[in-house]
Amino acid sequence: MSDDPRDESSSARPHGRQFWRSLAELEGSPGVEEGRGDEFPPQASEWPDGLDRRRFLQLAGASLALAGLQGCTRQPVESIVPYVRQPEEIVPGRPLFYATVMTLGGYGHGLLVESHEGRPTKIEGNPSHPASLGSTDAYAQAAILGLYDPDRSQLLTELRGVSIWKDFVAALQARLKAQEALDGEGIRILTETVTSPTLVDQIRAVLDRFPKARWHQWEPVTRDAVRLASRAAFGRILETRYDLRSADVIVALDADFVTAGPGAVRRARDFADRRRVRGDGSGMCRLYAIESAPTAAGTLADHRLAVRAGAVPIVAAALARELGVPGATGAALALEGSQARFVRAVAADLLARPGRCVVIPGEYAPAAVHVLAHAINHRLDASGATVVQTEPVEPEPIDQASSLRELVEALRAGRVDLLAIVGGNPVHTAPADLRFAEAMLRAPFRFHLATEEDETSDYCQWHVPEAHFLEAWSDARAFDGTASIAQPLIEPLYGGRSAHEVLAAFLEETPRPGLAIVQESWRSRLPAAGFEASWRRSLHDGVIEGTALPALTPAHRADSVREAVGSIRPPGEEAIELVLRPDPSVFDGRFANNGWLQELPRPLSKLTWDNVAYVSPAMARRLGVASGDVVEVQASGAAARLPVWVLPGHPDGSVTAHLGYGRRRIGRVGTGVGVDLYPLRDAVSPWLVEAAVTRTGERTDLASTQEHFLMEGRHPVRRGTLAELRANPGFVAEMEERPAREESFYPPHSYPGRAWGLAVDLSVCTGCNACVIACQAENNIPVVGKDQVRRGREMHWLRIDRYYEGPEEDPAVHNMPVMCMHCEQAPCEVVCPVGATNHSSEGLNDMVYNRCVGTRYCSNNCPYKVRRFNFLQYSDERTPVLKLGRNPDVTVRSRGVMEKCTYCVQRINGARIEAEKEGRPVRDGEVTTACQQACPTQAIVFGDINDRQSRVALWRSEPTHYGLLEELNTRPRTTYLAKLSNPSDDLERG
Amino acid sequence: MSQIFHRSTNTLSRVTIYAAVFLAAGLLFVAAALDRSPYNTRQDVVLKQPVPFSHRHHVAGLGLDCRYCHSSVETSAFAGMPSTTTCMNCHKQIWSDSPMLEPVRSSARTGTPIRWTRVHDLPDFVYFNHSIHVAKGIGCVSCHGRVDEMPLMRQAQPLQMEWCLGCHRHPEEQVRPRDAVFSQTWQAGDQASLGPILVREHRIRGARDLTSCSTCHR
Amino acid sequence: MTERTLPGRPPIIGPGYTSGTVTDKISEVVLKRTPRWWYVGFGLSLILVLLFFYAVAYLFTKGVGIWGVNVPVGWGWDITNFVWWIGIGHAGTLISAILLLLRQPWRNSINRFAEAMTLFAVACASTYPILHLGRPWVFYWLMPYPNSLGIWPQFRSPLVWDVFAVSTYATISLLFWFVGLIPDLATLRDRAAGKTAKVVYGILAMGWRGSARHWHNYESAYVMLAGLATFLVVSVHSVVSFDFASGLLPGWHTTVFPPYFVAGAIYSGFAMVLTLAIPLRAAFGLQDFITARHLQNMAKVMLATGLIVGYGYLIEIFLAWYSNDPYEKYMVVNRVMGPYAFQYWALIACNIVSPQFLWLRRVRSSTAALFVLSIVVNIGMWLERYVIIVTSLHRDFLPSSWGTYSGTIWDYATFIGTIGLFLALMFLFIRFLPAISIFEMRTILPEARSVEEGGP
Repeated sequence: MSDDPRDESSSARPHGRQFWRSLAELEGSPGVEEGRGDEFPPQASEWPDGLDRRRFLQLAGASLALAGLQGCTRQPVESIVPYVRQPEEIVPGRPLFYATVMTLGGYGHGLLVESHEGRPTKIEGNPSHPASLGSTDAYAQAAILGLYDPDRSQLLTELRGVSIWKDFVAALQARLKAQEALDGEGIRILTETVTSPTLVDQIRAVLDRFPKARWHQWEPVTRDAVRLASRAAFGRILETRYDLRSADVIVALDADFVTAGPGAVRRARDFADRRRVRGDGSGMCRLYAIESAPTAAGTLADHRLAVRAGAVPIVAAALARELGVPGATGAALALEGSQARFVRAVAADLLARPGRCVVIPGEYAPAAVHVLAHAINHRLDASGATVVQTEPVEPEPIDQASSLRELVEALRAGRVDLLAIVGGNPVHTAPADLRFAEAMLRAPFRFHLATEEDETSDYCQWHVPEAHFLEAWSDARAFDGTASIAQPLIEPLYGGRSAHEVLAAFLEETPRPGLAIVQESWRSRLPAAGFEASWRRSLHDGVIEGTALPALTPAHRADSVREAVGSIRPPGEEAIELVLRPDPSVFDGRFANNGWLQELPRPLSKLTWDNVAYVSPAMARRLGVASGDVVEVQASGAAARLPVWVLPGHPDGSVTAHLGYGRRRIGRVGTGVGVDLYPLRDAVSPWLVEAAVTRTGERTDLASTQEHFLMEGRHPVRRGTLAELRANPGFVAEMEERPAREESFYPPHSYPGRAWGLAVDLSVCTGCNACVIACQAENNIPVVGKDQVRRGREMHWLRIDRYYEGPEEDPAVHNMPVMCMHCEQAPCEVVCPVGATNHSSEGLNDMVYNRCVGTRYCSNNCPYKVRRFNFLQYSDERTPVLKLGRNPDVTVRSRGVMEKCTYCVQRINGARIEAEKEGRPVRDGEVTTACQQACPTQAIVFGDINDRQSRVALWRSEPTHYGLLEELNTRPRTTYLAKLSNPSDDLERG
Repeated sequence: MSQIFHRSTNTLSRVTIYAAVFLAAGLLFVAAALDRSPYNTRQDVVLKQPVPFSHRHHVAGLGLDCRYCHSSVETSAFAGMPSTTTCMNCHKQIWSDSPMLEPVRSSARTGTPIRWTRVHDLPDFVYFNHSIHVAKGIGCVSCHGRVDEMPLMRQAQPLQMEWCLGCHRHPEEQVRPRDAVFSQTWQAGDQASLGPILVREHRIRGARDLTSCSTCHR
Repeated sequence: MTERTLPGRPPIIGPGYTSGTVTDKISEVVLKRTPRWWYVGFGLSLILVLLFFYAVAYLFTKGVGIWGVNVPVGWGWDITNFVWWIGIGHAGTLISAILLLLRQPWRNSINRFAEAMTLFAVACASTYPILHLGRPWVFYWLMPYPNSLGIWPQFRSPLVWDVFAVSTYATISLLFWFVGLIPDLATLRDRAAGKTAKVVYGILAMGWRGSARHWHNYESAYVMLAGLATFLVVSVHSVVSFDFASGLLPGWHTTVFPPYFVAGAIYSGFAMVLTLAIPLRAAFGLQDFITARHLQNMAKVMLATGLIVGYGYLIEIFLAWYSNDPYEKYMVVNRVMGPYAFQYWALIACNIVSPQFLWLRRVRSSTAALFVLSIVVNIGMWLERYVIIVTSLHRDFLPSSWGTYSGTIWDYATFIGTIGLFLALMFLFIRFLPAISIFEMRTILPEARSVEEGGP
């Protein structure tokens, strides 16, 4: 027998479909399997974390005391502190929900925030907000932790010395007075992308008062290409949005449209509505993904073409030519074999459905691609149908790169006297070649408004703590222009100020509070009659009626195509390209101090606490490196050493890496995590630069929550095509045997009343991680840190498994959310010696933390390994401010107890109690689990499976319905709908 | 050979052997007793309060309804504690200069809340919901005792798990008509026959539901 | 009862002894001045005991996270050591009880310290079920006792069965050992010079005067306890094996475990007896009481049980193939070739290959060889438990949740610590109690024997 376990298993693979989890596994290389041939690997021995003797003794004392206490639980005397004057709306013990809006890259996302006695504890999407429809992304879910981040800046400082708001305003206004004579030509205001009508009003007012002052915008996740392309295609900058509900065929041109860019959550929802297969699956759309780095869109695609980023414009142009877009000609557009075939098939499919198809260019693709996409959509009569052009959402859309360059030149020339940096962190994020930091020092008066004291604060005399968006009044517009008011849920914890208040200081002797400013600006917009009413409604609904932008029908400039095609430079074949992207967790670095996001397993790689250089398997072999080996990447005259991660399906000759790491100053969590790649960035082409990669011979330990492993011919993810389903509706069930309920040692439970169940539709799971953070926020799940993750001790109750299938150059990727299965015949229940995990009358697998003694037997015996154990004291019980953010309805677990997904039992109990009080049954949809509520694609449904009409019951009656490891007769309550794809016949046959 | 031990040692040793058994049993008994003792449960222990508030006076004497002060008892998990203003509603006029009530007045003046000492204190991992118990016809008295007879508030019941389970296993022993929930004086003519009827009327769930762990622990 | 007449077999007691000399020889070990080497050995083991306490203190301070355990591998060195120690604890009872009932007089010279070894091994073992808990301070929740929570342990759980099995075993072994000691304690009482010694031994001897009635009660009690203990030899390790057998993991979920765990236990038990007996007899010059005959008999038992264990391994592999269950099959393949293949093959070498040398009389009669082999087997049996626990856990059903495991310095410290504890207790025992049963030795003297043969 060979030295490779897989040989054995392959014989036991009914469907012959080989799943594997990482390349090293596919190659069966011994490298990845820590400990092979080595009884006690090096990392085996050291203290769990740096712990000096003093600390040790303290702990010793503490824990002994604890032990004493725990031995016989005697309550410490507590006190009740009632209100002095009770606010009417507050009923102690009952949460309230407030609508507000969060911005990312300037664009608004509507939220409903849960508040317990004035403490925001959980963020949900706002169902009536177009960008949300009730869902959120991971960033929004994690924002609640950002609010309570103890590292947020808490002091207004001048030259690092403590100061106060009044003094700052005085100093500022003194400067302004001096500028009055000069019409403020020394005044420069630098913001991030702004869609807030109020803020723009204020800035414009400043510019009116100081005609020669200038306003610059810089968003590190820049959309300049989008704007420029729009200008090229339509003569002026417009907002482009897509309506995927009416798209039968979608082509993603290097576009991760379900997770990236403004309105991504909404696009994901619309897309999913056309992917969910019910009955015979009619109406299922088809997705072609052409991508330069594996993305969520690629994992969902029916057909995926991996090309180097440099080649994306060429493919786009070739597609345009194939579609007969005028002007799309040229020898450079010739494609070879597979690519040509792919493009031809795509073109055919598109032409077959004019007006019911769409080509989506990527947020980070060069302008040429966008121009071509505009032309193609125009050619396919998509404009007005699946593609909608509106007035820009940003009141002042500009080419931010050149705007920033302009600012730097002014600074160098010493023309800037007052530099106001309102939000953002340009010192860290500005393109390196601008050398922004040293330039800004030329400005005599510099201040910085930011939530953290960061790299930029170091370069300013004044640092003004910025209020978190949950602490301040503001407003923002969504991708479709819909405006929302952001209302504070809590007084600024650290006395922060909002941008509005700072701008007000430019205009008013004593700046007004945010509410007054925002309200006034809307007084001018909303009809004066009944303003109070409409203002209240806007606050309540979270959207302001009739602010969505109407569709335009702009004339398309045909010659834009020729220019675009002309601008395309075929990439040098041997040149290695570095593809930069915002990080799926820390974005542009602004979330670097958020432990939830840092520990969130990144899509595909499942890495935590690091950024890496993603390369293709072939390239890794050429470089002679494996995942974890450090390479040096040189680009734009800078160099960075970062570890390699070998990513199947990554195009060859290209490196993808994520920005936002290597923060030099932010906080205890984020400082020094990962490697800063902004220095490698280039102002002209921010997302793609030529690079040289050399191996250094060093190695680092990466913390991946799911590194190796094959599928071993098992079928955790069952998948097939629409055709297969139509041919044989039972094909999913036939993949594994389903034993009879009676085949069990113990008598089966009966569920006369409700029986809770949860189902996941794998066809629409994008692996975006929103559910993971939602679960973490709802259930007080602690962060454990990189070292513990490396030891396999991450605490997420809900994990997203990722499986590869097929060849390493272009594998199919499957995402599978896995949480507790709440088995009806639960293996964990029978082995717990103290009965800490029991079967509830409604079929929940209850976990009683306060009874758990921590034998870990239940976890050992759990075939799904969904149980998580507090090996150490993980939840932070020392930092007071963090206690504010915890969910009061969920126990905070201490060291030594097991925990796991509870189906959000606190929500179930809440709903049940309300229903019981009203003497009615719990309605379907009344209980939503945190993961279900957050999911952008509504891939998760929860309810009572005894209720024939409930959505979960209907899902369970689908032919594609199956249970994970159901052959073990655990009778899981969490079940899945197989992943179906809808490939095109031409490409299938080929 | 010289005697090391006196003859009595024989008896002594025999006795110790048997005594050991009883000693062990006794120790266990004492431990169990301690566990259930007021020392551990604080049952019937009067804790020091900032204001010597008398439920007897307010309930029996003035006939105030529980809900006047504990206003959220029907709607929320937390029964609610009266805000200072609630107290001052009356005590602006009555006893408006009693030294006993100085803490209340100063609270009203300064806006600093009164810190009452918690009398009925369940562990933090127990999630008790007042509203559902009230809705299902469990009287205040069942857990809090005859507060109308308490000059100073004390914990009337042990509040230990076995005590909770007692009722969750046999709600019929405690359930009363909904209109009698807040009555201190209500007595069932014949609980044995009334209980089961009310359990059905109030749709109180079965013991299997009520004793599921997640009913109280999350 | 005529071994001596069989040719080629060394006797079970050296020639020329009378009850007097036997008593002198054994009791002097206890009563004469303490030899220097004893202080050295005891001191060293005390240091290890301190290490144990240090490791445990840190464990209770920080939590089991200081060990290597993780998800999916929730048990590692902790339970491995537990099972290993319990296993070692088996030889004692077997030798004392079963061989007693089988009237194997050669046991008489080794049963005493074999029983002591059993006790101390069980003591070491029983620390782990508490130490491995996430919240050790509530370990008593595993015991059924009326409580104010109104709930009981979960009796379907093998861990609860463990509690009963192990504590019963410990109790019976203790009683058995002590009852067996009483006559000798009396002897020591009578021979002790110092007053304190007299008193202490006196109290422990519980007024034994060696009267016919005493002997009668003694015999009946001893045989009764032997009867009880005999069941326990089988039950304890069967129950321990249920911890695994009743789980559904591939590699755990198998019916062959109880018998092959018991065999393995006896195997390792006898190995440990040899490991201790050989230096002991040298140290106290007891070659005449623990003779080559004893060593050879024990070697034979080891060979036999070793073969049974080997059969167990084969059956495991066979069943995996025969069940045609993909998970079982992968488990075997992974054991043999996976990340822990080294440990697996090491255990095969130690437990299956090495004992084969015992077929050779030359090896059986070489003290040094037996000593080495016994240690090798002990290592092998530890590895066996490690392999069963870790390889089954680290790759079970869902590839997505697979992981790897390795112990940390704290795992090692705790284990070495318990070894120290064991040795320390052993040293105290051989110093203050007769390591060989004096009166039982008397019964196998030629003179006693002739009486026996003459009798009805």
